Amino acid sequence: MSNPDDEKKYWLDDPKNIDKVFYGVLVICALVALPDVLALLNILYHKHIEFEFENIFEFYSLYGLICYVGLVLIAKKLRKVLMRDEDYYD
Amino acid sequence: MIEGLNPGFILIFGALLVPLTSGIVRSILLLTLPVLALVQIYTLGLGTWGHYDFLGLSIELTRIDPLARIFGTVFCLAAFMGMIYALHVKDTVQHFVALIYIGSAIGAVFAGDMITLFVFWELTAISSVFLIWASRTERAYKAGMRYLIIQVSSGVILLGGIILYYQETGSIAFNYIGLTGLASGLILVAFGIKSAFPFLHNWMQDAYPEATVTGTVILSAFTTKLAIYTLARAFPGTDILIPIGGAMTVFPIFYAVLENDLRRVLAYSLNNQLGYMVIGVGIGTELSINGTAAHAFAHIMYKSLLFMSMGAVLFRTGTIKASELGGLYKSMPVTMVFCIIGAVSIAGFPLTGGFVSKAMIQSAAADGGMIAIWLVMLFASAGVMDHSGIKVPFFTFFAHDSGIRVKEAPVNMLVAMGFAAFFCIGIGVFPDLLYQLLPYEPTYHPYTAGHVITSLQLLLFAVLAFALLMRYKVYPPELRSTNLDFDWFYRVPLKRLALAAGRLIATVWAWLLGIGRGIVAGIIEKTVNTHGDGKVMARTTASSTAVMIIVAALGFVVVFFYRFLQQPVPM
Repeated sequence: MSNPDDEKKYWLDDPKNIDKVFYGVLVICALVALPDVLALLNILYHKHIEFEFENIFEFYSLYGLICYVGLVLIAKKLRKVLMRDEDYYD
Repeated sequence: MIEGLNPGFILIFGALLVPLTSGIVRSILLLTLPVLALVQIYTLGLGTWGHYDFLGLSIELTRIDPLARIFGTVFCLAAFMGMIYALHVKDTVQHFVALIYIGSAIGAVFAGDMITLFVFWELTAISSVFLIWASRTERAYKAGMRYLIIQVSSGVILLGGIILYYQETGSIAFNYIGLTGLASGLILVAFGIKSAFPFLHNWMQDAYPEATVTGTVILSAFTTKLAIYTLARAFPGTDILIPIGGAMTVFPIFYAVLENDLRRVLAYSLNNQLGYMVIGVGIGTELSINGTAAHAFAHIMYKSLLFMSMGAVLFRTGTIKASELGGLYKSMPVTMVFCIIGAVSIAGFPLTGGFVSKAMIQSAAADGGMIAIWLVMLFASAGVMDHSGIKVPFFTFFAHDSGIRVKEAPVNMLVAMGFAAFFCIGIGVFPDLLYQLLPYEPTYHPYTAGHVITSLQLLLFAVLAFALLMRYKVYPPELRSTNLDFDWFYRVPLKRLALAAGRLIATVWAWLLGIGRGIVAGIIEKTVNTHGDGKVMARTTASSTAVMIIVAALGFVVVFFYRFLQQPVPM
């Protein structure tokens, strides 16, 4: 194993670039959210839907975002109840 | 080859040659057997073979139909992949039991009757536990023991169900059963144990992460998918499977968020993926059964890929705890790329296996107007994005740099991962190749503009949520921990109960033994008092006195009977 300090710097080692990744995610999300905006203006995109609520503006985007945040927050609460030492069973 | 030989036997008989070989010969053997089995499946084509009458039961050793064939095919591919991945291993036991295990899983898929199924079913349990014990640690030994007890119980329950079913119907053919009573209920529970139904699931999260690096990869592919196959065969359209599958998709993802051992995260994730397949069986339409079969196929590829990448990390770094890893993209970049391919596949991004398979089940639920389960599956899809899509690659290869610097994974591991990655992308780009193998006529078209866009919206906004939670430090840190799951009930209270019962039995036994000893001692004492030295019953008498008494008695008898014999007998 070589000493990590001696080796070359990687692109992600610079905190500024991590910000760039974050903004990159924002841009991509804005792009995939765009079709729903276009649909609102009756341009191009027509969603084939099974249920009425799929027509809600940005239904999938919001559902993904909310479910994910909800999942993590509930899991954090559960951790208080469920977490034990690593060698709990030993 | 023998006409109609069950392809599973090729691996089982081949395994017997493993101890006789070494080096390159063994490597060739290990890689050839799965290929031969695959060739056997397709040379035979569809049909049934190997009919025997055994004690009045009709045994059917080999039955190949489209449902069995797709599972058998992916099992052979997974076997080939697993063997490449394990080529560097020099442990004869592991190679031997892996082939027996895979062979019996393939054998079970192609079994036409339930007795043959039962034999292979138990053989998978008994052989696979050695892949866990091969870690040769105390933890692995105990986890393997728990695994074995649960797996063998599944077989015993299955046998009970088969016997009752035979009494009811007079048939042991393995076809549609349906949930109708005790017999079918027992069979469903047996299948449910191996499918990791809620509360019957912990053997998987308990044992899989304790197996060897290569053992976990092999274990993850077969047992549970064999169980899904049996469910799809015997219980399609059984309504209760829909809520059961729904629970399976949801509850493991919470554990996956919290768990620190990344192979255990993948085991929870595996449980969640099985949920989709169980829902597909429960819905029971042609589309949903197709979805279950396709999802099992795609799932084996990306789940193996993820387990292989984590196995490679464990192999190189010696740990698989998220709290100790990070920054490995610097030293294992190829493994990282493969891991990400597995991650986007399981999450179901367009152009990957998960996208074209899971959507069929989702769509079948929508066709049936099942809003609740449809929303549950959509929620679970966001959850999959978290634990397998982001957490596994992120905390291993990125996050904070742990300072661990290792070599890239061995070549054979990279080749095996490449093989799986090829299928993950290949299925996504050319779904028709997979659809041709499906049990029913494929009617589904995954690549519509709407489906692609809505999937991207769901998944990328989940990524956005993760980015926000990380940026504002809300995302829970990885901590060394044990998270209590249902196995707590049998590892703590049930264990205490068993130990307490043991102590109670020991006490009662000691008490009964004490009483018994008291009784025996009392009898001995009484006997000594009467029959002991110099006691009444033990006194000696002179022989002359004895003769006197005998003569007197004789005289009395003679006189007495003489008197009576003089009387005429009244007529």
